[in-house]
Amino acid sequence: MTERIKRLINKEDDCCQDTIKPGAGTLHKIEVFTDKNKFSLGLAAAALLIALPFILGDQYLLTVIVKIGAYAILAMGLNILTGYTGLVSLGHAGFVAIGAYTASLLSVRLGADFFTATLAGMVVAGLVGVVLGLPTLKVTGTYLSIITLGFGEIIKMIAMNWATVTNGTLGVKNIPKPSLFGFDMTVGNFGMYYLMLALVIITAVFCLMVVKSKTGRAFQAIRADEMASTMMGINITAYKILAFVISACICALGGSLYATVIGYIDPNTFNFDVSTLILSIVILGGMGTIRGMFVGAAILIAFPEVSRFLMEYRFVLYGVILVIMMRFRPQGILGWKSTLPYKLNKRVREEIEKTEAKETAGD
Amino acid sequence: MIDVAKEVLLEVKNITKRFGGIVAVDHVSVTVNRGEVVSIIGPNGAGKTTVFNMLTGVYEVDEGTIRFKGEEIQNKKPKHIVEAGISRTFQNIRLFSDLRVIENVLIGAHIKTDYNFFQSVFRTKKFRDVEDEKTVEAIRLLKSIGLDHRRDDYASNLPYGDQRKLEITRAIATGAELILLDEPAAGMNPQESAELMAFIRHLKNEGYTILMIEHDMSVVMNISDKIYVIDHGKPIAEGLPIEIANNPKVIEAYLGGVHNDA
Repeated sequence: MTERIKRLINKEDDCCQDTIKPGAGTLHKIEVFTDKNKFSLGLAAAALLIALPFILGDQYLLTVIVKIGAYAILAMGLNILTGYTGLVSLGHAGFVAIGAYTASLLSVRLGADFFTATLAGMVVAGLVGVVLGLPTLKVTGTYLSIITLGFGEIIKMIAMNWATVTNGTLGVKNIPKPSLFGFDMTVGNFGMYYLMLALVIITAVFCLMVVKSKTGRAFQAIRADEMASTMMGINITAYKILAFVISACICALGGSLYATVIGYIDPNTFNFDVSTLILSIVILGGMGTIRGMFVGAAILIAFPEVSRFLMEYRFVLYGVILVIMMRFRPQGILGWKSTLPYKLNKRVREEIEKTEAKETAGD
Repeated sequence: MIDVAKEVLLEVKNITKRFGGIVAVDHVSVTVNRGEVVSIIGPNGAGKTTVFNMLTGVYEVDEGTIRFKGEEIQNKKPKHIVEAGISRTFQNIRLFSDLRVIENVLIGAHIKTDYNFFQSVFRTKKFRDVEDEKTVEAIRLLKSIGLDHRRDDYASNLPYGDQRKLEITRAIATGAELILLDEPAAGMNPQESAELMAFIRHLKNEGYTILMIEHDMSVVMNISDKIYVIDHGKPIAEGLPIEIANNPKVIEAYLGGVHNDA
């Protein structure tokens, strides 16, 4: 019966798919336009991003923008796990905390420089990612989310109670600014902004490389259908753990950047609200897209700042916006499926043309 | 084709599966020669899909052996069975529906796509070579199946018949020599099943070996080289389509059984 209904629905799809829906048509035009002009648009965006601190010249605005960048990194991290692999985590603040604490403590106590300390934070988070990834062998869906929720709280509790190392509720103060070849990067001298920019770009490129490979395809296959993925010979366990590790490392990077921007962390910096905020960014921007993470982060981080005049009512408005989004655009602001053809590179196109030419010659 | 010496591709001997006290599959044996189309039929609940699940490593085999190309594969992990050369489709189509047709085929080629994670992150020559090669192969496969005009479409937008074809294509893309089809004609109208039959014949001519479960008798009788019948988990008959059609036990299982709901 259901098969029959499914077939009917599919039939309908088949007969109507040549008629372009008005919304889809506009989207297609926009996509074709951006694809055609990607070089000039990219150049314009690069110029704008490089010149931005000079245009704004305002400490407060720059701090907000750096924060947006840090959250975009966190969202890209969670997006690998939730957006691509389909595992919803409610405890990613835990990984952010591991990254932030490891990096900050190493630089405050042992005088490690920002980059070494961050790398160490990423390694620790990655290892913890393996440990958290293991229960995913057994549980899925809501149950997994509950485990991750618990994980986030456990990390917070450890940070609070392991006072000899983490300084407990007093937190870590005076986190040094990153320094490169003797140049201290602060928000004031724009160094922090460019550091954020570099890290955001590296993360985005990394995510893109992962997604556009067999790893990314395996992630998306697992999201779509685990059983079918198993039958394609995909090692589900290994790929789920890999998704956890990648996600954890990226979030640790974001956490370390966040800590050095703010200069102070305590266990409450990484509470449940941070986990939900990251998840909200991913959902609002568009799960399973990289572009969406920037828009999501920009909106959700800038909104509390621009709506300060609303006082505590802004959180009500914040909720209303999310509810409206879920009602009218559940796939997220930029969460569309591309209407452009699948990209084939020159070598593949030539190879295909060659076989086609051979076939016609053979006939 | 000239009759060549038959090579046994799959040899299932007395496999048994118990779920608690229920014997779902009771000493079933199936032999599939290379290049054949073999069908397993039986009323609903006979244990056909359970046989498939044991063949593909989803369920453990309680008793008996499964030999593929002479090697025992029972109770191996699904990944190793796919690597050995067995791939399957599902009763209710299970495509990666929010991905494109070509991406579905590329996922099928996952185990043959041999570059590692770091090679893909740094876009090394190895990555580019393998990725291009697999993409070309996927497009060629789609062309040979006649689905290439749908290459950029999302799998969920395909009509039902094409979704079936894509699922079979994805199974072929794993490099499988033996393809298991679980009720490929389910939910199809007579015209669609006729197209499916032509498609399966085409696959046979291309050299693929097919083992299928099917309810649609016109499909089974027309394209099978050999038919196995099971009922309540037990094998009740095997033979050529003409023999099966006239076998009193089979007729009883289908028409005279207590569990018949027709």
